Amino acid sequence: MSAVSTIDLSVRIGRLTLRNPVMPASGTFAEGLDKVMDFNRLGAFVTKTITRELRAGNPLPRVVERPGGLINAIGIPSKGVPYFIETTMPHYAAYDTPLVVSISAPTAEGFASLAAELSIPGIAAIEANISCPNIEEDGKAFAMRAESTEKVTRELRKATKLPLWVKLTPNTGDVPEVARAAEAAGADAVVVANTILSMAIDLKSFKPCLGNIMGGLSGPAIKPIVLRQVFQCAKAVKIPVIGCGGISTADDAIEYMLAGASAVQVGTATFLQPAAMTTIIDGLAAFCLRREIPRVADLIHGVVIEEADEPDLAWLDPVS
Amino acid sequence: MSIQHDQSQAAHSGAAIAGSACSSAPWKASIVAELAEVVRNEAVNAEYRHLVVNCSAEAAAAQPGQFFQLLCPQPAGEQPFLRRPMSLYGADPEKRQVEFLYKVTGAGTRGLDMLKPGDRLDIMGPLGVGFTLDPGWRHIVAVGRGAGLATLAPLAKAAKANGTQVTAVFSARRPELLVSVELFERQSAEVIAVTDSEATSGPANVERILRRQIAEGRCDAFFTCGSSRLMRVQQRLAREFGLPGQVAMEQQMACGIGLCYCCVRDFNVNGEIVNRRVCWDGPVFDLMEALP
Repeated sequence: MSAVSTIDLSVRIGRLTLRNPVMPASGTFAEGLDKVMDFNRLGAFVTKTITRELRAGNPLPRVVERPGGLINAIGIPSKGVPYFIETTMPHYAAYDTPLVVSISAPTAEGFASLAAELSIPGIAAIEANISCPNIEEDGKAFAMRAESTEKVTRELRKATKLPLWVKLTPNTGDVPEVARAAEAAGADAVVVANTILSMAIDLKSFKPCLGNIMGGLSGPAIKPIVLRQVFQCAKAVKIPVIGCGGISTADDAIEYMLAGASAVQVGTATFLQPAAMTTIIDGLAAFCLRREIPRVADLIHGVVIEEADEPDLAWLDPVS
Repeated sequence: MSIQHDQSQAAHSGAAIAGSACSSAPWKASIVAELAEVVRNEAVNAEYRHLVVNCSAEAAAAQPGQFFQLLCPQPAGEQPFLRRPMSLYGADPEKRQVEFLYKVTGAGTRGLDMLKPGDRLDIMGPLGVGFTLDPGWRHIVAVGRGAGLATLAPLAKAAKANGTQVTAVFSARRPELLVSVELFERQSAEVIAVTDSEATSGPANVERILRRQIAEGRCDAFFTCGSSRLMRVQQRLAREFGLPGQVAMEQQMACGIGLCYCCVRDFNVNGEIVNRRVCWDGPVFDLMEALP
């Protein structure tokens, strides 16, 4: 353990320095996890998404499992802002770990006013969840299009001086373009990505397995897809990319960092192994020690892409 | 309908604040996932199987009404992804064992069915808020049906330790499917069995039985699990006679530790509908606040 502690695990996300790159994914974390892990070990806290309006959440069933993953349509139950400030925030005040608040709203103006109201001492960054597939009809979300992403990010940027992370959706054709739009509008980081819009049908009843009909797939099943999106986004923008999608082990986290992630979020894995995040932190340190990598930040963008000797890829491009 | 989320999490939030305030003390986990060793995994009747595992002292300290999240082995051709919540059937702090009673109904329990003595099973717990026994209660009535009988089982020992007499009204489709009967009788509880096949399990007959218990001064509180119909009978009687009660509720779960809000149910708290998580705020709730 003492040898491992010589590894520098810290990473920078814009102005914020995190003690290590591991944090929870929004919606999979709550105060009660302090019975499972030492909160002072986490890179950051990321809260469940809060909204201004009180939300009951979606009709049940809210989750269904599929091989290698989980489809959820929880629907962001929210107790509103005063409850968050008075009751939830004090739980985190005793820890020396930055508190990132995930927010959502139906309009760009709503996002901005919520961000402004939450720009208070004790909150280290705002994560704008513009990508939840379970809020709007038919799974739509701001982050599906570059224009709406740019607009909401611009409003948010005007509303807060706090570091602004924008959480993107994997449910769009050109995630790098959306990432560029967020960067151009002033985001300090992008989180890539949210869950993958999906569906399951029960063969006994012929009914959808979820009360909300559709939901978001998470877990190991989505990791290769989101890893590719992180790789693409990290090439497209200069701001840090935070990887999120199916990370269960230190090896998964390392893969994401090699693809270009500056930090990672762990979600569904916590449902199976509640101490997954601290296990991953230990695993990162052990990997760096074994491979003689002094700083975990050295892994970022570390993927080795070798040039082909005689690239003959012209057939891929119909124009040339 | 006004929807409001529950704000009364006194037990949990109190512990969280206390834990964080003394940050100089070394932090210690109170919920752990561990690899327990299977001691026994055998059929007890045509439907239920009895699973006993060796575990840590923390797990073996589980209280009646609490549950564990089991990471089930994968049966051939199936991939149960999530853990499966399983009520505590028995806990022995001296032997460091916990027991479960389960019925094979899906991929997870088909996986449990494969376990042999000596195998390892990843268990996480104990979880949730269990039953509470008031030291002043002389006599309680436990009413259960189906899997609810397994959930009520650990009450027998706890009640005896509390000096509380138990009458158990147990309901099943057929007499041979009743479980926990001997377990209660061993703790000198009276067991009244009612079954569908003998046409004794209807709410009217159960109500007659419960009224007699109340009339004889043998019901300071109701404890129930496994049947909405029988829960409603008890709610009616509890209201009529001003008796307290507790109900262990079920709901599909994902995380089991209050994170995901998959297992919520509505509760009637002084006329207001309040949303609570079965895994974290329960699974044991006030009888009068529960909605079927």
